[in-house]
Order: sequence, then C-alpha cells, then structure tokens
Amino acid sequence: MNDIVIQTDKITKTYGSGTTEVHALSNVDLTIRRGELAAIMGASGSGKSTLMNLLGCLDTPTSGSYTLDGVRVDGLGKNELARIRNEKLGFVFQGFNLLARTSAVENVELPMLYDRSGRKRDTRALAVAALERVGLGSRLDHQPSELSGGQQQRVAIARALVTEPALVLADEPTGNLDTHTSIEVMALFQQLNEQGITIVVVTHEPDVAVYATRIIQLRDGQICRDEPVKNPQTAARDLEKLDRSSA
Amino acid sequence: MKSSTLIRLASQSILRNRMRSILTMLGIIIGVAAVIVMVAVGYGARSRIHEQINNLGTNMIVITPGASTTGGVSQGAQAFATLTVEDADKIRNESQNVAAVSPVIVSRSQVIAPGGNWRTMINGVDTDYQMIRAWQTDSGTFFGPDDVFAARSVAILGRTVAQRLFADSNPVGQEIQIAALRFKVTGVLAPKGQTASGSDSDDVILIPYTTAATRLTGKPRIPQILASTASEGELSAAQDEIKTLLRESHHITGDDEDDFTVRNQTDLATAAESSTRVMTLLMAAIASISLLVGGIGIMNIMLVSVTERTREIGIRLALGARGSDVLTQFLVESIVMGVLGGIGGLVLGITSAKVLAHFTGWETTISPLVMIIAVGFSGAVGVFFGFYPAQKAAALRPIEALRYE
Repeated sequence: MNDIVIQTDKITKTYGSGTTEVHALSNVDLTIRRGELAAIMGASGSGKSTLMNLLGCLDTPTSGSYTLDGVRVDGLGKNELARIRNEKLGFVFQGFNLLARTSAVENVELPMLYDRSGRKRDTRALAVAALERVGLGSRLDHQPSELSGGQQQRVAIARALVTEPALVLADEPTGNLDTHTSIEVMALFQQLNEQGITIVVVTHEPDVAVYATRIIQLRDGQICRDEPVKNPQTAARDLEKLDRSSA
Repeated sequence: MKSSTLIRLASQSILRNRMRSILTMLGIIIGVAAVIVMVAVGYGARSRIHEQINNLGTNMIVITPGASTTGGVSQGAQAFATLTVEDADKIRNESQNVAAVSPVIVSRSQVIAPGGNWRTMINGVDTDYQMIRAWQTDSGTFFGPDDVFAARSVAILGRTVAQRLFADSNPVGQEIQIAALRFKVTGVLAPKGQTASGSDSDDVILIPYTTAATRLTGKPRIPQILASTASEGELSAAQDEIKTLLRESHHITGDDEDDFTVRNQTDLATAAESSTRVMTLLMAAIASISLLVGGIGIMNIMLVSVTERTREIGIRLALGARGSDVLTQFLVESIVMGVLGGIGGLVLGITSAKVLAHFTGWETTISPLVMIIAVGFSGAVGVFFGFYPAQKAAALRPIEALRYE
C-alpha cells in the first residue's frame, strides 16, 4: 500500500495574467504520509486557502504536479475531479456547510448519493455508524438549526468520514467555534488520527496547530517552515483541565 | 443518483417553498385547464354537429339544381330551378345503388286550424322521404303511394306545428287549412330537435309532392331531390350514378358543367366540422399562450432558486456531485413542478368543463388523449424552461459556489 497520500511537485497557482498576475502559490513541494495530522498555517494572503483548494481538487494548478493517493490529479477534467473528491477526500469547512432543513443522517448520506462505483451499500446504516463515531448517535434526525455549532461540525466530520477517504481536509474547522468546542473538535480529530485517518487542517490559529503532528507554515505562496511536532499536546487532556478549572 | 432520490429531492425542495411553488404552478394549472376546456367544448360542438347531421337521415344524398360554377362565376346552389319530377323518377327507376328517392318542394305558408294558426314550412315529398330521413310518425300514419299518385290533400305535422295548432289534443283525423286549401291530418312526426344550423326540424308540415306541385306552388320544377342508399358503402357509387343519369336527362355532354349539384351528408359534415375544428384550434392556441406564460414563470422561479441555493450547489459539488448531477436535480425539480401543474390543470379543466356543461347545456367531451397530451406537454414545458436555470447551476465552479453568501 502506498504510504504517501499527498505529493506535490512545484505546484503553482497564478491568478490573472500580464501586469495583474498574482502568484498565489509558487513551486510548492509537499509530501504528506498516511497517518499524519498536519496543520497548514499562515496569515491571510499567504496562499493557504489556494493550497487547500488545490489539495481538495476544487481547483486546478497552473503548473506543477499533484498526486493524491497514487493518482495524478493535475490535468484531470471536471468530472474526474468530482469523482476524486467523492472517493478520496472528506471536507470539513469553517461554516460547517451542512444542507439546511435536512436531517443529520441525510447530510451524512449526501456524499454517498454521488458515489459512482456502483456498489450497493446501506447508506443510512453507514451514515448512522459515522454519526455514532463522532458521538452524535442520539441526534440522527436533528436538523442543523437544532444543533449547536460543535454538533454541526461533528455532523460535517461524520460526513467527511463516511466514505472512508484517503484524506480529510479541514479548512479552519474551529473558526466559528468557541475555545471549548474548538478543543473538542481537535480532540475528535486526534482520536480519528489515532485510528489511522490522515488529516490536514488549514488554520491561522496557533492554539489549534499545537495538536498537530506536523506544522507547515506558508508565507507569500511558499512554504517557509515545515517541521514535525515531537510531542503534540493532547486535546482530550486539555479539555479535562479546562473543565476542572471552570468547575 | 437514483431516480427515486431525484424525485424525493425535487419534492422536498418544492414543499419547502410551498407558497412559491403553488404560485409558480398556477401558471401551468391555468394554462392546462384553459386548453382542456377549449378542446372539450370544441370536441363537444363537433360531436353535436355530427349527431345533428346523422339526424338528417342515414346515407342521404342531396341533389340541388344549379351548377357550382357557371363560366367561371360561382353561383349559389338553387340559382336555377333545373330539376324536375321526371329527374326523380329517372333516378328511382334506373339507378342500381339508390334505395329511396324523394323530390322536396319547399314553400312557406300560413296554416289555420280550429285551435290556432301558424306560419310554417310546407314540404312536398314522396313516401320515400320517411325512409330517407329515418323519420317515424308518433301517431297516425305516413301518407301512401296512392295519396301521392292521386295528389290528395293529406298532411303530416311536425311536432312543433302539432303543438302550435292543436295544443294537447290529437290532430290526427282533424282538418287544417293551408293557403286556402283544406288538408286532412293523417299523422304527427316524432320530434327530431334542432338542425345543425339551429332551426327547428319539427317546425314543418309534409304533404305529397304531387299535391304541392299542382295545388300549392303550381310549378313543375322542384328545388331539391333527396335520395338515400341502403348502406354507406354505396354512397359514392350512387352519387356518380345520379350524376350520369342527370347529365343524360339534361342533355349535358363532354366537358360542359353540370347544371345541378350532388352532395352527401359526409360533405356537409366535413364542411361543418372543418369550421369548428378551426375554431377549436384557434381557442386552443390562445390557451397555449397561457401555458407558455406559465413556463416562463417556472423559468423565473428556477433562476431565483438556483441563485438562492448557490451554496447548496457548492456543497454538493465539493462532495463529488458532477455538473450533470446538479443539472438533473434542478431539471427534475422543474419537470415535477410542470407535471404537478399539469395534473392540477387537468383536474381544474375537467371540473370547469363539467360545470360549464351543466350550466350552459353545451356538450363537452374530454378524450383521454387530450389529458395525456396536456400533462405530457406541461412536463415538456418544465424541461424546456427548466433547462437554462439548471444549466446555470451545473456550470457553477465549486470554490465560488462554496464562498457565495
């Protein structure tokens, strides 16, 4: 089994042309192995959102190559990219991006509706299992408006997990959450990571990055720092501490 | 995506904006209902005309004097009185296909009876007339060949005339006075109702044509000869035969035009039907315009819906939906809306047609074909007007759609 999930070679993204040309990302080489919990950090304008879009196959690079889970992704057409997103990627967004007026189970079932492998699966059972995995087994039929922010984000995480993707991409997953809930979400990520799931979190909050096993710092469209974290903090333990001090 | 999922998604989305969906569908509902009512009334009118023409008599041939054109100038039928009693006799004696022949001598006259007086149509006819028009007597009997031969003053009254002159008493055996001549009533005809042109079939008195020719009008020429065949199959052969016989007796040879016109009731029916068909088509065309407007309503709402749900589209695209998935989703939504509107229009249309039939007495006919076409067409309106918005949705780029506020 291929151990490398993400491999980019001189990946570049340029917006505009001529005098208005903007290099959002230039010659980024990045390799992420299976089982990592990597944090991509950077100030706004550093190119982290662009990188996130490219890694998430939501956008195509201007030049350079990108291999995701053994598949060359650059140069693929819209429909192939849609298939890659469906099979290999799970997304967690800052704004949760759940379908309104749709139950938690139906939201989690959503990516399986677009599955083109033709295999027969009990999508509801899988969705229920994914929701139980994120601790929402008792909120199956609640609509997003009936759930707290943290719960909504956990529904989104369940939705990202349900297809068993090679990579879970989280774009500012704690951006809309308070500190306690943020740590809760990171604890969930750590727990899933221990179960072997590769996760890339894009964030500008150092408080969130401390839970990652690797921190990648972007500046002006280039990687300026990329180092593993020896002993990352355990979110679960921080949560206990937080609960004790407030009690 | 499975089609059941697509339909479920579409119905969910339609139900979420209930009021908006109903208002959107209203355009289609009204359009389809209008088409249904118009076609129902049109069909009803046609079947009524058909019935009335059949009412004239079965397999009837009408021979009238006068050419349809003379030297390039079109003449009205009966412009020249060229038919004679001899012509009728010739057809009766020599034609193989004709089963019954009767001259018809038409005049109008004041009729006086002990109980009242009435101005009506006096038709001088032969005994075969009863068979040609398939017209039974309610009471009394039709006059016989000897009455015709002897030109006796006997009369058969139409229902309306009988009521006008005798009210409730039985006219058979009584005497009436037509243009100063005394006639004995021998029978009353069964009611036939209105003619295709709206006049009263029963407002008539039948007398032997011989009596009419010699004592009422005094003219040897007759304005009309009616004939009929035993079955519909012999109709056109009989028509040709009559033409040949009349050309012979009128000494018309070569390329000279006929000085008479031979028509059968099918020609009459066709003429009447084609005019109602044009009316029906015209009304249906006007009704279709409202269907078109309804379609534009669907398009408008679908465009709004696509803009409103840009973020949803972004989510779906990010999770692996293809452009075609999004296209199908929105297209199915507009088709469901169109078909629901079509079914609603069908219900409203059938109800309105029934109500209209009840209050106006117009006959309305709704064929299953029209229903299928109406619902199918409204579905097609959904496809046609839903395609552009759906395509717009499908063309969205995932990152832009996700960022849309």
